[in-house]
This record gives sequence, C-alpha cells and structure tokens, in this order.
Amino acid sequence: MKKFLKKAVEKTIEGVLFLSSTITTVTVVLIVFFLFREGKSLFQSSPLEEGFVLAINKENAVVDLSSNQIKNIFDQNITNWSELGGKDEPIFLFRLDDIGNYYTDEELGENLEFFPQKTNELIDKSAGIIAFFPKKSIDSNFSGKILAIENVNLYKFFSEKEWFPTAQPVAQLGVLSLILGTLWVSFGAILIALPLGLATAIYMAEIASKRVRNILKPLIELLAGIPSVVYGFFGLIVIVPQIQSLFGLPVGETALAGSIILGIMALPTIVTISEDALRTTPKEMKEASLALGANKWQTIHRVVIPFAGSGITAAAILGIGRAIGETMAVLMVTGNAAIIPHTFLEPVRTIPATIAAELGEAPQGGLHFKALFALACILFIMTIIVNLTVEYISSKRKNKTSH
Amino acid sequence: MTPIITTRFVNLFYNEFQALKNINMAILPHTVTALIGPSGCGKSSYLRLFNRMNDLIDGVSITGDIMVDGEMIYNKGIDIVELRRKVGMVFQKPNPFPKTIFENIAYGLRVNGVTDAKFISEKVEFSLHQAALWDEVKDKLKKSAFELSGGQQQRLCIARALAIEPSIILMDEPASALDPISTAKIEELIYELKRNYTIVIVTHNMQQAGRVSDHTAFFYLGELIEFGDTKEIFTNPKDKKTQNYITGRFG
Repeated sequence: MKKFLKKAVEKTIEGVLFLSSTITTVTVVLIVFFLFREGKSLFQSSPLEEGFVLAINKENAVVDLSSNQIKNIFDQNITNWSELGGKDEPIFLFRLDDIGNYYTDEELGENLEFFPQKTNELIDKSAGIIAFFPKKSIDSNFSGKILAIENVNLYKFFSEKEWFPTAQPVAQLGVLSLILGTLWVSFGAILIALPLGLATAIYMAEIASKRVRNILKPLIELLAGIPSVVYGFFGLIVIVPQIQSLFGLPVGETALAGSIILGIMALPTIVTISEDALRTTPKEMKEASLALGANKWQTIHRVVIPFAGSGITAAAILGIGRAIGETMAVLMVTGNAAIIPHTFLEPVRTIPATIAAELGEAPQGGLHFKALFALACILFIMTIIVNLTVEYISSKRKNKTSH
Repeated sequence: MTPIITTRFVNLFYNEFQALKNINMAILPHTVTALIGPSGCGKSSYLRLFNRMNDLIDGVSITGDIMVDGEMIYNKGIDIVELRRKVGMVFQKPNPFPKTIFENIAYGLRVNGVTDAKFISEKVEFSLHQAALWDEVKDKLKKSAFELSGGQQQRLCIARALAIEPSIILMDEPASALDPISTAKIEELIYELKRNYTIVIVTHNMQQAGRVSDHTAFFYLGELIEFGDTKEIFTNPKDKKTQNYITGRFG
C-alpha cells in the first residue's frame, strides 16, 4: 500500500512537471501563431480608408495609382495628370467635406439625400477630378471611374520610406525608416557598450581582487534590474539636454541619446557574459603564457581574449538583441520621428517604440492595427536571428573547449 | 661541476599551511632530476619555485635561498620575464594556445619582442625538430594546435618551451595525461634534451623516474627525505620511507 502511494506521488509529480513544460511550449507557439496571423492579414488589405473610394472622371486614362502617388496628389506635390501618365490636365482634388463649396445646402437636400447624385454630377463634368468619398454614396447611375488601389504587399511594406498609417485617403506603410531606426540605435548602443563592457569584464575577470569583484559584480547586475522607464527618465533629464547643448541641436531627442541609454542597459548583459567567457580560459593556458615570459597584459591580449572571442561575440550580439527589443526608454529619448536617419544627431523611431506609442490609438482590426502586428512580426524575426546567431556561436565554442 | 639550481633552507607556506620544510638541494647542469613522492608531498610546489610560478597563487610565502644560474631569484629587482626565459616549463596537461601550430611556437618569441619573420620561422622549425614533431606537423603549421593528438600537443608544448632557448626545463608530470606510446616518445625526448638542457621533472610514475632521471629526490609531507643517484635510490634506499614508497607500499 505504501509502495503504491509512493509510486502515485511520483507519477503525479512527473505529470505536473510534464504539464508545465507543455503549457510553456504551447504558449510560445500560440504567441507566435497569433502574432503572425494578425501580421499576415495586413497583406490582404487595401491601404485605402475603409468604406471609402477614390473615383476619377470616366475620360481619364489613368487606371491605377500607388499609395505613394495618391499621397503626393493629396499633398499637392503632384498637380497635373500628365505626371502620372494621363492627359495634360490639372488635378482637381475633391474630398467629402468640399461638397459645400460647389452646391448649396438646398441643392444637397436636408439630409444630404442628393449627395450621391451631385457627386456624380461633379465627377462627370470635371475632367481633372479625383474624388474621395464614402462607398455608399455611389448610386446606380454613377458614371465615374473607380480607381483600383493596390493591396499592401511585402515589397512595398519594406521598400517604401514613409510611415504614416493614419494618412488620408491612403495609409503610408513603409517600415524601412523604422527598421533602419531600430538597427541604427541598436548598433550605436553596441558601439558604446562593447568597449566599456569588455573593459569592465577584463578588469573583473583578470585584474580585480576578489573583494573588488564581489562589490562590482552585484552593482553591475543591479543595472539589469532597473525598470526601463527609469532609464528613460534619466535619459530625458540628463542625457537629452546634454546632447542638445553639446552639439547645439534644436532638440536633444536623438538616435545618440537612445544609443547611450540602450548602451547602458546592454552593459550588464555584455559584462556578465563576456566575463564568464574570459573566466573559462583554462588556468593552464594562462600559466603557459606567463611561463614563456609573457607579462599579464600580453597574456590577456594574446591568450585570454582570443580564447574568449566567441563568448565575447555572443555577448555583443545578445547586447544588440537586448537593444533591439527595448521599448520604453527608447520611446522616451529618441524623438520618434519616422524618418530615415543619416546621422546619430537626428531623431529616429524604432519598431518597439512605434508599437507602444501607436497601438493605443489604432482601432482593433483596422489597417493600422494590422500594420503594427506586422511590425511586431519583423521585430520577432530580428530577435530570432539574433538568438540563433548566439546559439550557433556558442555551439561552436563548446566544440572548441571540448578538446 | 657547479650546480645550476641550489636551494637552501627553503620553506613554502600556503597561508598557514607549510608545504615545504627546509629543503636543501643542488641540481647539476645537463642532468635529469626526478622529483617523486605521494600526492600533496610538495614536489610540484618545489618545482614551481624555480620559475616563480607560485607567485600567481594567493597567500603564498617563501623563505630561504633559491639560486638559479648564480642568481637569487627571489631577490627584489629580479626580472621575472628574464627568469622565465631561462627556465621553461611543460605542464601536466597539454595546454596549447588556441592558435595555429606555428603561432604556438612563435608565441614565446613574439612576447619577448622578436619581430624578424625569418628568424621566427627558422626557430619554429628548429624547435619542432628538437621536439621530434617536425615530420608530423610540417604540412599543417597553419592548422589549429587543437587538431593534434594529446601526445603531439604535449610535444608541441615542449617545442614551445624550447623556442625561447631556456637552459632549464621544468616538467610537471608531462606524461601523466598521455597514452603509453606518447609517454615513450616524451621519455625519449627527455633523454635527447639532456645534452643541451637541465631538466627537472615531477612524476608519479616510478618506472618513469627510474628510466629517465640521473638523480631522484623523494619528498614526503613537505620534507625532502632522500636525494641522490637514481640507481642508488631505487636499488639501495637509505630511508625506510623511500623504500616503502618505491616498492609501492604506499603512495
């Protein structure tokens, strides 16, 4: 009986452990599944505002326009149809609200019941018109031509430069500036954090006495525990004004500010991992170097660092991974302008910051919402690449030390 | 012959623990001296005195006189780099650097400021010949040293030590991690090297001590129990403890 009970307890514990690991795995798979399902749906939707159409005169030769062209038309950067392959005819913009400029309230009727008819009339008589109005205002004798708008596709998503998901009449969904912004800030962060972190790691692993190390290590690890909002505040209060006055900029919220903050945040990762790597250098190897008449610095430079090379690389890449995904602090200090950066002294906008800032105002299920999910997918793929690279490097490292 | 290494009343402490007690010994040039004794008897600590490798351990203190090549090596102002150039060392486990075979040998020269590429490559070849490794590696000098077998790695480490032209080579159980064939090669090598170098070897292997050494020192619990001709020690030990250890009654 006792034996049976013992066995039952053992089986139960085993079951619980199995269940826990299953739940964990399933959760990860589910997250990825939902993320990509939402993200993918972006590529079957039209960038045009839902329930609206764009129409032109039936005589107009133009058949379809890209979302970028439409934006330029409505921004009045393109003002003649000849620029779009049509006849030489000035473009006449017509939005729903403009109807009052052409017809009196009496003509439109008390409840705008004549709106469809009047719109039709206007489109019919103006050769250069492009009209943006609700789909439901198209009646049976509509004689204009409805423009075919290309759905959002992967190529455009990556190649177009403008991110303006709430633009009317068509959303501008070019993620290039966001991806570049993310990479730019992360890369800058590593440029700052790697030398500093590596120097600290070398100091801790090779030079510092046990006592100093026992003070330093927890302090550095404490950095990892500070909430990112606090880093953001620090950046906003200290670093941003410094950058502004140092470089004489109109605003201090720049890629550089983001890089500095992310650099500080990536430090614990870089220091801890590269210190571990440095410490795995076998004592015998260091002794061999010293026994050959090398001094401490030569030993560090020629034996310890090369031996820990792949570990240090892994540390740097994980640091980048940390920087790529960081949201709050970056959102607070980078200025969030969705433009392709050319220097570190310009505002940039990163992918996580975009998601965090815009998700609250994007209607669920709408185009903007889907676009943010697609962004999240890109971020996910970026971090997966980072993690796989680290995995690959450390597997190579294991082969090396097993000799 | 004047001894190349002399120690007088040497005591070594690891913090409170006394690892060596009043060791007096003289080692003659161009001889092989084996240090034997059970684990923890202080033989490795004694060996590591001669190139000041014990300095790396925290809490070590040393008293007494240690003279290498006419110099008191624990005096202030002694150039440790110079000393270590003179006193090479081969370790228990083969410990090549994560570099190519060529660079492993060239390392000692490079850290000592040699930049002449022709000199370095000649020296590498010469050292590999000396360590009887040249024929096995001459076609793969640019390959990683980790690709060699354990025995080859150990001979590489010997070649690495030889490249900086020491006059003394310390060997800390150089064959304990190797198979019998590799061990035989190392022993052959020791016999060859005796002509040009003074060798001090720590070993656990009685047969090995008997085969390779001219003199043997038996250590027990930090004391030098007996030191003399290897033949003498193995056939006619004066001390009972030596006899017991050699005949395998303890150890």
